[in-house]
Amino acid sequence: MVAIAQIKRWVFVVALIPLVRLFVLAYAGQLGANPVEFITRSTGTWTITFLCITLAMSPMHWLTAWSGWIQMRRMLGLFTFFYAFLHFTIWYWLDHYLNLQEMFADVIERPFITVGFIAFVCMSLLAITSNRVSMHWLGRRWSQLHRLIYLIAILAVLHYLWHKAGKNDFQTVYIYAGIILVLLIVRIPVIREQLRRIKTRS
Amino acid sequence: MTFKDPTIHPSQITPRAIAEDRRQWLKNLALGGAALGMGSWLEREAFAKPVAPREKLPAKLNEPYSTRENQTSYEDATSYNNFYEFGMDKEDPAKFAERLQTRPWTVSIEGMVKKPVTLDIDALLKLAPMEERVYRLRCVEGWSMVIPWNGYALSHLLNRVEPLGSAKYVEFISLADPKQMPGLKRPVLDWPYREGLRMDEAMNPLTLLTFGMYGELLPKQNGAPIRLIVPWKYGFKSSKSLVTIRLTEKQPLTSWSASAPREYGFYSNVNPAVSHPRWSQATERRIDGRGIFAPKIKTEPFNGYGEYVAKLYAGMDLRKFY
Repeated sequence: MVAIAQIKRWVFVVALIPLVRLFVLAYAGQLGANPVEFITRSTGTWTITFLCITLAMSPMHWLTAWSGWIQMRRMLGLFTFFYAFLHFTIWYWLDHYLNLQEMFADVIERPFITVGFIAFVCMSLLAITSNRVSMHWLGRRWSQLHRLIYLIAILAVLHYLWHKAGKNDFQTVYIYAGIILVLLIVRIPVIREQLRRIKTRS
Repeated sequence: MTFKDPTIHPSQITPRAIAEDRRQWLKNLALGGAALGMGSWLEREAFAKPVAPREKLPAKLNEPYSTRENQTSYEDATSYNNFYEFGMDKEDPAKFAERLQTRPWTVSIEGMVKKPVTLDIDALLKLAPMEERVYRLRCVEGWSMVIPWNGYALSHLLNRVEPLGSAKYVEFISLADPKQMPGLKRPVLDWPYREGLRMDEAMNPLTLLTFGMYGELLPKQNGAPIRLIVPWKYGFKSSKSLVTIRLTEKQPLTSWSASAPREYGFYSNVNPAVSHPRWSQATERRIDGRGIFAPKIKTEPFNGYGEYVAKLYAGMDLRKFY
């Protein structure tokens, strides 16, 4: 069996591919007519994708006997934050030119930005408390705090949904919303116990 | 004719040879990626764009009606389009519009006119002298382009059919054929795409019945073979692939205002003072190849065409009639 450390190293490299791709496309002049829009949307899509992957780790652990899922969870959560950070920074920098006042005006004016911004602030809290020291220091409150991920997931879907609402273009949004809905439903205690039982049976 | 923009230093522009070299390099990379099933994810438009035969459309430059701003590249203007009949993504029209049959093509001019007529595209091309006009195009989404269009004032066509005194509006209906347009499968809008202008707006000399761009016949993704360009209004007012032009007494219901009346009004004049409910219209991102660090520019009332059209709206509250 391959050691978990080895697997984590590979996952780390693979998780960087979406970022490397943007540099490759930029170098080749293939970011399209509106490069800022392209990189903003790309990093946004990868944020919600990594959010889904992160949320899938615990259910995978319940379903299978393998503890590796849990050991990868923090790294994947931090990748979610990493892409969210890029998404936010591109918007703050290339849409608002680092003008704080203008940025906050936008946060207040547009509801889809409001929820996206709240999700990002919550995610930052989770990222800075993702280390052992914080875990120790926060004790029981740590796991309570990190349940914010469920709120973040709902806000992220809302952010995406409202962004696409103007054009009634919901196809992709519904796919992500469906995945996140399933990942939240399996956390309902009764269902979670059922999933765990599958593991003990096999 | 070329215009130099002092804000772009020549050293910032990637020389063509190097750009092509990089593209070739990317193609090779994408070929490698294709083996891993990631080809399309890496190549983007490098392979995606079908090569259509390009046909020249001679036209005489109308200088007073042409801006001297930096033009958007042909490549950008033909690969970043909103034409939902071919899909929701900006790249979709360039990928899927190839199926559109632009010949034979007829346009019916009907309604409250003395001489209703159905004209063939060849007859339409010859109806008036072809002009080139370099217009700013401002999309309601907050980006803009500068494009040389080829066409003639819509008033030439309208005068020919002799509008009745009771004609107050002009309705424009675009083609909606599910066999040619895969995007129609999705109920994004109530198809066919419908737009409209008030009679005086339609007769304004800036309103261009358009057959070409960059000195060639319109590419299919840009609304071939015949479209409208109304430069002082948001881009969605400039309907593509027209099949019917109908003069009416009542204000026609347009596709976008039917879909979201609070967001898209009948007039939809470019107006930095009236925000879209979900974003500000004060600035725009000009697509002119300056790259990701180029600052956005201020949006002008009537997209900078106020001297020609502001008078059409004298006494109207443009916050109410957005």
